[in-house]
Amino acid sequence: MGLKADELNVGDSYSEVIVEDLTRTQIVQYAGASGDYNPVHSDEKFVTEVAGYPTVFAHGMLTMGMTGRMLTNYVGDGRLTYYGVRFVNQVWPGDTLTARAEVSEVREEDGQTLIDLTISTTNQDEKFVLTGNATARVD
Amino acid sequence: MAVERFPVEASHILMFARSIGDSNPIYSDESHAGSTEVGSIIAPPTFAQASAQFDPDYFLRPKDGQKWFGSGGTASGTLVKDEDKDDSKSDDEKSGSSAGGLHAEQHFTYHRHLKPGDVLSAETKPGESWEKESKRAGVLKFSESITEYRDQTGELVVTARSVGVVTEKVIEQ
Repeated sequence: MGLKADELNVGDSYSEVIVEDLTRTQIVQYAGASGDYNPVHSDEKFVTEVAGYPTVFAHGMLTMGMTGRMLTNYVGDGRLTYYGVRFVNQVWPGDTLTARAEVSEVREEDGQTLIDLTISTTNQDEKFVLTGNATARVD
Repeated sequence: MAVERFPVEASHILMFARSIGDSNPIYSDESHAGSTEVGSIIAPPTFAQASAQFDPDYFLRPKDGQKWFGSGGTASGTLVKDEDKDDSKSDDEKSGSSAGGLHAEQHFTYHRHLKPGDVLSAETKPGESWEKESKRAGVLKFSESITEYRDQTGELVVTARSVGVVTEKVIEQ
């Protein structure tokens, strides 16, 4: 089930808390599933003593993946035709993130009705960690 | 990166969906998925990135017989040994933080969504590169790569565009 074009307006928005109090274990879980074992995401000794960061931080792709859940919950399964983001700030253990999508356009292309969305994910300090865009097919 | 064979499997999709905290049954429950317009289990939108698991040369995975740059007995398995304090070494060689740099952007265009049973191959080509000055991290060196994922019939299913950045210094918090 997709969204219905005739019920959508530019400026409509949807948001979800995508993670509360992000754990180091979830970051490790993502490393295992994605195959990205960069020690900056899981190795406290390496990241503090060698890389020079205060602690481990999340993969950008984990934030993109969690933000994607908000998107598919909004537009429906299998409806995305494009999803792209910029990672604008790091995400740390303990962060609580809220992802938001806003309709920027409703349009027709090749006989399909599409919506363009502007996406942003912010942390508990209302700092942007991710910004982006998506396009989805609607009914 | 070139991945010759990336078999998309239901158990991998389940683990990936769990890791992003997504309990949507479209990623795990065949009978539920069969009753939706999608018609089968599909993979979450960012799943193509897990092709790293099937890239034999992927440098962010420890490999048998090779030194790993994360900590073991010491903070780093390979990087920042005494001789690396030598100024003739590039920042890349000295700084653990720039081992692979940071991920700046990621874009996916979906020609169709991935599902268990797909056997993908992926070919990556370099894109543009550029530099930018930043107050928090010094000179930023960006480079783009484009990866095309094709299924077993050769059909293009996902196009990915990735931008990586290598920072001159650790980003100030």
